[in-house]
Amino acid sequence: MSTEPAVLPKVHYLNAGYGWRSWLFTTDHKRIAILYLVSVTLMFFLGGAYAVLIRLNLVEPTGSLVTAETYNKLFTAHGVVMIFFFLIPSIPATLGNFLIPLMIGAKDLAFPRINLLSWYVFVVGALITLHALVNGGLDTGWTFYAPYSTVFSNTAVVTAGVGIFVTGFSSILTGLNFIVTIHKMRAPGLTWFRLPLFVWAHYATSVIQILGTPVIAVTVLLVAVERAFHFGFFDPARGGDPILFQHLFWFYSHPAVYIMILPSMGVISEVVAAFSRKRVFGYSFIAMSSLAIAGLGFLVWAHHMFVTGLAVYAAMVFSALSFSVAIPSAIKVFNWTATFYRGSVSWQTPMLYAFGFIGLFTIGGLTGLFLATLGIDVHVTDTYFVVAHFHYIMVGGAIMGYLGGLHYWWPKIAGRHYPEWWARVSAVVIFLGFNLTFFPQFILGYLGMPRRYHVYPEEFQVLNVMSSAGASILGIGYLIPMVYLAWSMRYGKVASANPWPATGLEWQTTSPPPTTNFEKTPVVDEEVYDYPKLLEKKEAVLV
Amino acid sequence: MSEAAHAPAGPLAHHFADLDQQKESAVLGMWLFLVTEILFFGGLFATYAVYRHLYYDAFSAGSHHLSWRIGFANTLVLIASSLTMAMAVHSAALGKKGRIVLFLLLTILLGSAFLGVKYFEYGEKIRPCLGDGPSAGCLLPGERFDASALHLEGDAARQAQVYFSLYFGMTGLHALHMIIGIPILGLLAWWAHRGRYDAAWHTPVEMVGLYWHFVDIVWIFLFPLLYLVGHH
Repeated sequence: MSTEPAVLPKVHYLNAGYGWRSWLFTTDHKRIAILYLVSVTLMFFLGGAYAVLIRLNLVEPTGSLVTAETYNKLFTAHGVVMIFFFLIPSIPATLGNFLIPLMIGAKDLAFPRINLLSWYVFVVGALITLHALVNGGLDTGWTFYAPYSTVFSNTAVVTAGVGIFVTGFSSILTGLNFIVTIHKMRAPGLTWFRLPLFVWAHYATSVIQILGTPVIAVTVLLVAVERAFHFGFFDPARGGDPILFQHLFWFYSHPAVYIMILPSMGVISEVVAAFSRKRVFGYSFIAMSSLAIAGLGFLVWAHHMFVTGLAVYAAMVFSALSFSVAIPSAIKVFNWTATFYRGSVSWQTPMLYAFGFIGLFTIGGLTGLFLATLGIDVHVTDTYFVVAHFHYIMVGGAIMGYLGGLHYWWPKIAGRHYPEWWARVSAVVIFLGFNLTFFPQFILGYLGMPRRYHVYPEEFQVLNVMSSAGASILGIGYLIPMVYLAWSMRYGKVASANPWPATGLEWQTTSPPPTTNFEKTPVVDEEVYDYPKLLEKKEAVLV
Repeated sequence: MSEAAHAPAGPLAHHFADLDQQKESAVLGMWLFLVTEILFFGGLFATYAVYRHLYYDAFSAGSHHLSWRIGFANTLVLIASSLTMAMAVHSAALGKKGRIVLFLLLTILLGSAFLGVKYFEYGEKIRPCLGDGPSAGCLLPGERFDASALHLEGDAARQAQVYFSLYFGMTGLHALHMIIGIPILGLLAWWAHRGRYDAAWHTPVEMVGLYWHFVDIVWIFLFPLLYLVGHH
């Protein structure tokens, strides 16, 4: 780091206006990112609170904390809040929103007002859904399977469905905005293969949001219409077929997993390069593997339905296609690992999260292959093995990436550093807590404990207590960054424009950036990730 | 910084370099929006395909109960509205403000005529379901659905209910798109009247035109799928 102490710029996006109007009517992508950051953080801790109640109830085999009905509502609320209101918007709507215009040298996203609209749509959808969770609750699981959801459930299915329908449009608008922005707003000289991999990952994510989300929207609409007006779509008593619901639902909801994980992969690519001081190994392979995941992700949905009486031949095809998604995923993991090789690796907090991501995502991905295998899937369907698998992807993968990215770009967002010691401690606490929570669940599932039950046989108690203990450690791990990141906004050490230092246009402007991002539009004449050049210029020393 | 400081003097927004970039972005955004619309209707078309394959006879019976003549006439009305919409876009490109307004108003008129016909088509099926009396001939899916007018009972009646669920679902969603589109056309006509658009900048007219043609094309698919099942 240079010897002069960094000073904050006089005018930047955070102090460019004061008062609630300057926030609620802003069209600045950076401020909208902050609005999203606050909203999804609230939803994350709400979803986490539901998880705490679930794990508390499972400390005892008799499930003495809540009744079975309440338990059903708890795990449904946990899933709905975490998936639709945290994981899906988490990285794209906060980091993506903040960084994509900066990374491509643009003044804003292509449609700033639509960007603000998407946040309002998100808030309205969240309020409608929360209203349903409080008034009547929802006990269908986040999967809304018919005909239980359309006929038998005595909970607020229609209201919750409307909330999720509305929220879907927020996701669609964000994706649409990103695609147009990446196509049309790049700075002069910024060719496609000079784009940061974070941008490529968001491009792929946006494609899924555009193609998948409308299908879940219309499916939830059909559920609501069948339930409210007794139309016949899925209820066998009215001539419908409940399996059709599952096909339509998973056509979106499997690709939705990639909406959650691809942006994290984008973060990891940036962090791995910056803290290895090397070019990312196999840039174009990582870029193309994002698109491959987005494409293949649409062809695997029926692996959620192997036990529904799907034709054996069709199941075999879906099994093989599901295996094929492992190829682009593995390409990424191997390329990141190759980037470490002979790099100048350092152990800052973002890198700790990147290491955590790579390890946990690999376990989550490999157990996904177990589940794509027909014989094993039949044995562990709807057991805790599945629960452990997707939490390794969504929590161990997506949230590790989210936190890693938040720390990496925090100096840019806040203009101040987070406290490194506390950040490293919490990263380790989260990693340990996570594994203690979810690894026992692999064993529980293998031994046959079904998911979504509020009681269990006594011999499963030890592993369940381990899992609940891990969850409390994990919860503390998540609370620490919440506290110190808020603290650092006022008291953190002032960050320079490029504190790590790292490549990429977002580090060429001040921290925090001015409202229009750049004093004058940057012109790009070199590859991204030119870390060797930074090394030559003796800018290799990290803060 | 206040929003006013950013407010563009002309149609060019502050974050674009020039009008070309702004227009290209708008066009690409609109096409992407139409892609999401195709997927949105796509869920219903997929559902239709599955059930038509499974319940062909019931679908044929339900389809024969609709009047293909009325459906065909309505198709012509909608195609005519697409023509007037295209004329409005063409007039905008030529910068003829008066003709933009004229053609937009004609489009609104034809679109409203289409919805008027749908009102009577729906009414004929829904009216028997209302009131306390017997619901013979009620073709609105739900508790009072009655397939006796189609001479179907048991499984076949349930299957016909799926047909009418899709009939109301698909045409209803299509009508909703027109109900959203007509006020937008009205707003556009008002703005055109106020002289917002000229030969250099009329992208909003083009965008709404794309939307209107999309809604039209959806109907071009809906008409044969719903009205012409089993007509050889």
